[in-house]
Amino acid sequence: MAGRIDNALQFHQTALSLRAARHELLASNIANADTPNYKARDVDFASALQTAMGNQGGTLGMTTTSSGHLPGGTGNSVMGAPVMYRSAVQPSADGNTVDMDIERAQFVDNSIRYEASLKFAGDKVKDVLAALQG
Amino acid sequence: MSLFNVFNISGSAMTAQSQRLNVVASNLANADSATGPDGKPYRSKQVVFAATPVGEAGNNTSVGVKVTSVAEANTPMRVVYDPKHPMADEQGYVTMPNVNVVDEMVNMISASRSYQNNVEVMNTSKAMLLKTLTIGQ
Repeated sequence: MAGRIDNALQFHQTALSLRAARHELLASNIANADTPNYKARDVDFASALQTAMGNQGGTLGMTTTSSGHLPGGTGNSVMGAPVMYRSAVQPSADGNTVDMDIERAQFVDNSIRYEASLKFAGDKVKDVLAALQG
Repeated sequence: MSLFNVFNISGSAMTAQSQRLNVVASNLANADSATGPDGKPYRSKQVVFAATPVGEAGNNTSVGVKVTSVAEANTPMRVVYDPKHPMADEQGYVTMPNVNVVDEMVNMISASRSYQNNVEVMNTSKAMLLKTLTIGQ
């Protein structure tokens, strides 16, 4: 029974963790809007959630057979999903690729979806409580 | 909990932006200071921002800002002809600070807008955390 409750809440828990991690990334982008050579970063939420739920294998590591080989896939990752750089729409002279319009829009979008996930998770908890209390 | 890290990220950005605003204020206040403690005219100053990781070690998704140095601008000094000025040389020219008031005003507006953006990020994160506390109620 406890395992079933855990399963019922698993999806929303993973989604919330990913949303929180993405929130952190977007906050970093907004904080570094004036830092020279800073590159804006983000994750592809859909594929990140699939990877985190174990539906896909994620990225495969590479075996190195010599000390001169570069290990593949050592870039930054959030819960197994790679963190990617945003391509600049209007590149600036100081090498910074933060576009405040995109970042603000994504930030608001992410926080609303976080609250939606919270609501779904809360409703699931209520369902379980109703089932327990009869 | 990664959401708490946002306070560190935005906090570091707010500190950096307020330092930038401070430097702008110094530049504007000294736009006409023909002499300083060292006897030379005031030189315009600029902050240098750098991205810096915040939070626990190994966490590379949260990146804050820090001011690495306050650099002096190497633009040429403004030379004004004013023979009555006490700092004037034999030809009657006075060396004045290389503060560009227009640049400083633009810098000021940019710093203030970036500061406001980070306050907004902090408020949103706070609302999200408070909503998270009400889960299951």
